[in-house]
Amino acid sequence: MSAHEIEIILSRQLADCLTVPVFIVDPEGTLLFYNEPAEVILGKKFQDTGPMPVGDWGTSFFPHDEAGNDIPPEELPLVQTVKNRMPAHKTFWIKSLNGKSTKISVTSIPIIGRSKNFSGAMAIFWDNEVIE
Amino acid sequence: MKVKLHGTRGAYPTSSANNQTYGGNTPCIEVINGEERIIVDAGTGILGIDFDNCYKADRIDILLTHLHMDHIQGLAFCKPLFNPNKEVHIWGPGGSPVSLQARLNRFLSPPLFPIALRDIPAKLSIQELPYKTFTLGDFVVTAEYISHPGPTVGFRIQCGGKTVCYMPDHEPVIGKSHLFPENDWVSGFQLAYRSDLLIHDSQYSKKEYRHKVGWGHSTLDIAAEFCARTEAKHLLLFHHDPAHSDDERTRMFESFMQKVNYDFPIELAVQGDEIEV
Repeated sequence: MSAHEIEIILSRQLADCLTVPVFIVDPEGTLLFYNEPAEVILGKKFQDTGPMPVGDWGTSFFPHDEAGNDIPPEELPLVQTVKNRMPAHKTFWIKSLNGKSTKISVTSIPIIGRSKNFSGAMAIFWDNEVIE
Repeated sequence: MKVKLHGTRGAYPTSSANNQTYGGNTPCIEVINGEERIIVDAGTGILGIDFDNCYKADRIDILLTHLHMDHIQGLAFCKPLFNPNKEVHIWGPGGSPVSLQARLNRFLSPPLFPIALRDIPAKLSIQELPYKTFTLGDFVVTAEYISHPGPTVGFRIQCGGKTVCYMPDHEPVIGKSHLFPENDWVSGFQLAYRSDLLIHDSQYSKKEYRHKVGWGHSTLDIAAEFCARTEAKHLLLFHHDPAHSDDERTRMFESFMQKVNYDFPIELAVQGDEIEV
């Protein structure tokens, strides 16, 4: 069986301790883990879904711009980071389960460990309304 | 295949009379198959190896899990390093902007040590461990990074259909009392999977661990849970805390064993023991 690399495992341990939503993906963009605060955004529990392909998770929180136009998964920072192996940042809106739009900022970083392999990426979602 | 335990103590060596049952030397084991031997870690235990009688060949291989002092302390006084006819291959983790040789040189040079690494008489080869399985004589060796501060690997060593896994310093989950439920999220899982002998960190009691989260070590409980999860067949509890007397360590172990019911043998590692795998 294949296990995750140590930097991915340690990223999950960090995510597990944080109160901001965190998403961790593998080099293909498959969502490997999301923490409890992220479960609220996705409306799903990690223990129920397990890993999810980008096509599933990338649309499930209905990312859109200020005018309400959908943002395709490939424009999300986490997907950009997987593609370019570089940090990415974007502010956009997501729709929560009750239909309310929330302005968030997402910052994603590549995870490159001691072996210098690109192991995946992690993103934090920051709810801008919380700080306003 | 046999494993000889030359040093089982963590952190620092101790010569206290209270630490003689499990031994006072810091980590070093030998993995032996007939005339073939490899040394894993170079704590003060390495000084107990009978190099004159057991290492007739010119080549000696020493694998290092990491460069914390208790795992390299014996290297400076290791006999073959001072024999110009010996070829000593030291393998250790990369994963740092500074080369393995430069990091070892910090310790093996003045003012910490009188002789610089470049002046060691033996033919020294210092190599960063490859990120793939490799062969040393009869042994097939896999090194992978595991959860411990600084670049640290665990080893899976296979020979003649048997497997030994060595993780002397390992905190597979940080600040939690159980491993993650999914096997692929457990640090070191593949290294230990179905090994015949698992030598694993077990420095703390549960109570002590609460104050030492993130220091890179395991409780007896986590070591046993890790062994069960990876389906390893025999657990040797390693890296004894020098702050514990052997009586305390024995009591800690007995109390732990009364509370659990695992279906594999669990023992405290004893310096000088030789284990047939």
